[in-house]
Amino acid sequence: MKYFEDIQVGDRFELGSYRFTAAEIKSFAARFDPQRFHMDEEEAKRSHFGGLCASGWHTASVWMKLLVAYRKRTAEAAQARGEPVAAIGPAAGFRDLKWIKPVYVDDTLTCLSEVIEMRPSNSRPRWGLVSSRGSAVNQHGETVYSFESTAFIERRPEA
Amino acid sequence: MAKRYFEDFTPGMVIEHGPRPVTREEIVAFAAEFDPQPMHLDEEAARHSILGGLAASGWHTCCLMMRMACDSFVLNSSSMGAPGVDEVKWLKPLRPGTNITLRTTVLEIRTSKSRPEMGFVKALMEVLDDDRSQIMTLSTSMIMERRATAESAAS
Repeated sequence: MKYFEDIQVGDRFELGSYRFTAAEIKSFAARFDPQRFHMDEEEAKRSHFGGLCASGWHTASVWMKLLVAYRKRTAEAAQARGEPVAAIGPAAGFRDLKWIKPVYVDDTLTCLSEVIEMRPSNSRPRWGLVSSRGSAVNQHGETVYSFESTAFIERRPEA
Repeated sequence: MAKRYFEDFTPGMVIEHGPRPVTREEIVAFAAEFDPQPMHLDEEAARHSILGGLAASGWHTCCLMMRMACDSFVLNSSSMGAPGVDEVKWLKPLRPGTNITLRTTVLEIRTSKSRPEMGFVKALMEVLDDDRSQIMTLSTSMIMERRATAESAAS
């Protein structure tokens, strides 16, 4: 991961893609969101969604899964080049999360993250605050999911 | 308890559900699948992290909130889902062995002008620990079908 100084507003990262199978949609829903339109094809067909679709929290969890995998890949690549890896602090939450369109069986989502705002931390001089908009786009090019969050990113150590 | 429709939610109404224990196994299982960072997977690594010990992924806390909301009132309601979440704050780490309670407070209700068959129920969802201090707060607007629509569709 890059240091705060290496990041700019407008930077955009493609985290990866994920296909939602019927089995996974139902298994996630059985654990966390057992509403009829996430659990059963026939019930979902009769609902306003018109077909089985993933819980919004399933989409959110998959986005996080792809982010963590992306960070791991880029950190390992940087280490392989002998470059240092900046630390990332946990986010304190998120805001403006939107489930814009349903995610149906066999949809493939491409997950993205874009830097929208940056500032140095006043309270923690080793860190900067980076706000990002996370999003997911389906195979038809439609944005189905977005949210914003802010995380601490380590500043480049003084030489 | 009778099924709740849009009309059954009124500002100020409070619905509580729980407590429900959260185990180390489920914290690690969720993290392994969706958020495999050391502070959600491994005690030793977690001790050296900013969380100071093993704690659930914040997204896991969101999912546990959803499940408790389902068991609390959503499954026995005319829920049509939610368009999103206004804000989530992760205020305290969720540790293994914590018994969590979900407190739902209805903030505002509003009918839809373009879609008269439904309305929006804006609510604050608080996930509380054993001492009833907040682990997470979440504000959202749920979509609920109106009673008249559901009854005319059923007849």
